[in-house]
Amino acid sequence: MGKKVALTGNEAAAHAMRQINPDVIAAFPITPSTPIPQGVAQFIADGKMDTEFVTVESEHSAMSACVGAAAAGGRVMTATSANGLALMWEILYIASGSRLPIVTAIAARALSGPLNIHGDHSDVMGIRDAGWIEIAAENSQETYDGLIQAIKIAENKDVMTPATVFFDGFDISHSIEIWEMEEDKKVKDFIGEYTPLYPLLNTKEPVTHGAWAPPDWYFEHRMNQLEGLLNAKEVVKQVGKEFGKEFGREYGLFEEYKMDDAEYVIVAMGSVCGTTKDAIDSLRAQGVKAGLLKVRLFRPFPYQEIAELLSNAKAVAVLDRVSPAGAQGGPLFTEVRSALYDVNNRPPVVDYTYGLGGRDTQPKHIKSVYEALMQIVNTGKVEKQFDCLNLRGTWG
Amino acid sequence: MAFLNEVAKKKEGLVNGHRLCPGCTHSIIVRQIMAAAETEKYDIVAASATGCFEVSTGLYPYTSWNIPWIHNAFENVASTISGVEAMYKALKKKGKIDKDIRFIAIASDGGTYDIGLQALSGAIERGHRFLYICNDNNAYQNTGNQRSGATPFAANTTTSPNGSVIHGKTQSQKDIMSILEGHHMKYLAQASPSNWRDLMNKVKTALDVDGPTYINIIEPCTTGWGFPPDQAINMAQLAVDTCVWPIYEVVEGKVKINYKPKTKLPVEEYLKPQKRFAHIFKKGNEGLLEEFQAQIDRRWNWLLKREESGIGY
Repeated sequence: MGKKVALTGNEAAAHAMRQINPDVIAAFPITPSTPIPQGVAQFIADGKMDTEFVTVESEHSAMSACVGAAAAGGRVMTATSANGLALMWEILYIASGSRLPIVTAIAARALSGPLNIHGDHSDVMGIRDAGWIEIAAENSQETYDGLIQAIKIAENKDVMTPATVFFDGFDISHSIEIWEMEEDKKVKDFIGEYTPLYPLLNTKEPVTHGAWAPPDWYFEHRMNQLEGLLNAKEVVKQVGKEFGKEFGREYGLFEEYKMDDAEYVIVAMGSVCGTTKDAIDSLRAQGVKAGLLKVRLFRPFPYQEIAELLSNAKAVAVLDRVSPAGAQGGPLFTEVRSALYDVNNRPPVVDYTYGLGGRDTQPKHIKSVYEALMQIVNTGKVEKQFDCLNLRGTWG
Repeated sequence: MAFLNEVAKKKEGLVNGHRLCPGCTHSIIVRQIMAAAETEKYDIVAASATGCFEVSTGLYPYTSWNIPWIHNAFENVASTISGVEAMYKALKKKGKIDKDIRFIAIASDGGTYDIGLQALSGAIERGHRFLYICNDNNAYQNTGNQRSGATPFAANTTTSPNGSVIHGKTQSQKDIMSILEGHHMKYLAQASPSNWRDLMNKVKTALDVDGPTYINIIEPCTTGWGFPPDQAINMAQLAVDTCVWPIYEVVEGKVKINYKPKTKLPVEEYLKPQKRFAHIFKKGNEGLLEEFQAQIDRRWNWLLKREESGIGY
């Protein structure tokens, strides 16, 4: 049992980094994740951690320096948001392709334009094919716990893949919540020592990092990389269990909230899950069998497990905090719907985009989703496969 | 470093089997650098930006590197080496590394003057201890000779072609040395593989500086510039003797010219053997040659005056 503290999501991330005490952090400030590198800098200035902090001149250089540092042979972390993550994009692929277990905290935020500094998932969805492990956190506690676990997951020898833990900008990054911080030593013991496989700094056994691969080798590299990423699924479960054993908070690939007998199910990620749980409680009080499937591991996507869980629902709504941008629905929707294709009893699945650029999503909006699901079941008809929550006017 | 036979005995950091063009100066320069850097005192770890040199020396499943070497991307070799050096400091502090290691980043003009300038500026400003080498071949040669900020005036490249109306690049070469000098780094220099002893001394000097250092090296490109493969070192020598490529160093702001040609050759001696300048010598284009010479004279005289002033910072 840790110590109860009242701190923001960014502070949770910064404290996780302090306790992990990576060898190198390279970071560049961007709203809303700025307080993370600020916190780290203060911890270092106060002698509370001894990480080499590289105050780079851009996020592109942040990820580039992370790649250099991780290849050199040690533990490496960074933090960013939105346009910063977009600027890193090129190097994110190089980090995963080089099998470097860098861990990044992302305070998820809308991408420009128009410029908007508030929370949504445009940034994290923009990197979903970059070959990184993506773990969604609902709140500060899950951010803190997730970052500690991400170190162990990324560094697992069967995985060796960079990982990100994302939490909603402002909703979580700047909100004070009560959460439990564990003892420094216990965290240190939990993550253990990291032994890099082929450190560049071992001058006795020189290695080449980042050789280019022609058509007769690139494919094999990519598929080996995919194997590592897919291996992360079992490791996420295993580390989540170990974490539960050590600290009393167990994690899996997702969280089921009142799913046992749920007929109307929402699938979502991030802070909206808290609001959804509240809405479920009041609907349950009225006898509505509402449930939530909160996705924690978005990459690799545990499609079989999710399909199985949803196959008993009468109707499913997916909440995407990003524009579908011309696809049938948002990325979470297309994943969930595709997963359900292999299930014999396929419930109708609809998609909602919500919360773009920090737009508020309240219990009444969530309730309207469950009402729409009930109507689909009652009428047997899907009027709108895609809709928006709390948008001016009506969509479509 | 007095005798060539001593240099020839040095352990090679870059070995044979690379895929550079016949007559390419890249490997000649880097072998000079590695020979200069080879010592009992420290080990070398190198990084390269994407480019001719990188694709030719690190092609999976082969490598021409006998020392630890990393390639990341085109524009970020300075950030990459920043990360490597930061990890070195971290591990050294923790006692996990005892050997002294020095770091060399290698890029060409594209990755230095242009797309990599921001990363380089940041890395220098942060004060990482590394030597940055720019092998300047005057254009984006890896993609087939497109103009860069280092392409000289009037040069014919595929994106500044000689046509019936426009005759090659209309702008001049960017003065990267002055840009980097603005960072007030302790040591930067310009060198040429034709003057190998000078080049190697500069590498040694730079590696002894506790902080960022920079050496700008002319890298004549047989393919892009259009001269026979056995003429690369002569081209470098002509660049030096025409003062197109002055050999000098800036030590704490103070200029020292390391080589002053006894007879400063006219630029046409350097330009004429190169196909990229062939149009300059066509009838009606005389003005281009005059302008080229004027630009070189201006820079050379300015450099002489700076040396004479003896002013540093």
